[in-house]
Amino acid sequence: MIRSEIIREIAPILAEHLVVCNIGLPSQELHLIDDQPSNFYMLGTMGLSSSIGLGLALAQDKKVISIDGDGSVLTNFGTLPTIANNVADNYILLIIDNGSYGSTGDQPTYAGQRTSLTDVARACGCENVVECQAEETPAVLQQALDSNKMTVIVCKCESGNIKVPVITMDPVVIRDRFMKVVAS
Amino acid sequence: MPNPSTDLDASDWKSQVYHTLKTLDIKHVAYVPDAGHSTAIKKFEADGNVTSVVLTTEEEGIPYLAGAWLGGDRGVLLMQSSGVGNCINMLSLQSNARFPLLMLITMRGEWAEFNQWQNPMGQAAEAALNLMGVLTWRAETPDQIDDLIQGAATMAFDGDQACAVLLSQKLIGKKTWSK
Repeated sequence: MIRSEIIREIAPILAEHLVVCNIGLPSQELHLIDDQPSNFYMLGTMGLSSSIGLGLALAQDKKVISIDGDGSVLTNFGTLPTIANNVADNYILLIIDNGSYGSTGDQPTYAGQRTSLTDVARACGCENVVECQAEETPAVLQQALDSNKMTVIVCKCESGNIKVPVITMDPVVIRDRFMKVVAS
Repeated sequence: MPNPSTDLDASDWKSQVYHTLKTLDIKHVAYVPDAGHSTAIKKFEADGNVTSVVLTTEEEGIPYLAGAWLGGDRGVLLMQSSGVGNCINMLSLQSNARFPLLMLITMRGEWAEFNQWQNPMGQAAEAALNLMGVLTWRAETPDQIDDLIQGAATMAFDGDQACAVLLSQKLIGKKTWSK
């Protein structure tokens, strides 16, 4: 399975929660598959999805899922100790790890080679870290939500992209409609 | 509430930062440890109504506070001028989605600086912020602290602007290796 197939499988779960989505193609794929006002699409500033999600989770009680990529976690490694040491039990960090920089042409990341993000997250002090295969993602994500424990999920999948349109919504509109859901 | 912004001596301004931020309903303090901010940091860490988060790098603070704002809370980012350089690209997040952003930045490399490695980023910090659309004000004396932070916060939280108050090295005082 590739990332877009995983997003399609977990879309019904995502629709029930606040979602902060990683830069570029992952956001565009989620937007195409199931656009929701409860999705915050991040279209630049690679690496920041996990940090936005943490701030959001610590500021309010609704459950938050940050969708991140292996390349993006590698570019903001400092996020993992910050998450580990500021526990928000309404927070799930879902790292879709396809071992490649998808948005720039599937160049390999270190996560697809010798660096295990699962081991890194554990070494940083994250208490609930689950590595799973792509097909297991819906069940693992639901279990993490049901556990009411902050969880880092590293979902191993194949590299590959689908053709997706750009998101034409203004980022201010994305922000405002998201905040209305949070406040509701 | 009395305005304690007048008659401050050099040791009071660090507490003033905390008291001013408290009047602004700040709920999150994201920071990289820094001597100039140490008093405010200690007070916030002891404040059960505020979530204090130590950052591994200043750039984390931009998205963290954006997330807190999405969740309905106000926050502030405390850092030293060297950290400004770490934030530059991340300010695109604020700029695009018009997230309010309030930063307090202790300056290095601009006066009585003993460590020349602080000079390049310290001297470029304000211009770099301005290039990214961040509004800046400089506090040179203790009596300016309350007023400048209040004004910056108004433009940040009521006008969706990125705002920074620069706490100048003259205000902070000369630092030596031993400190």
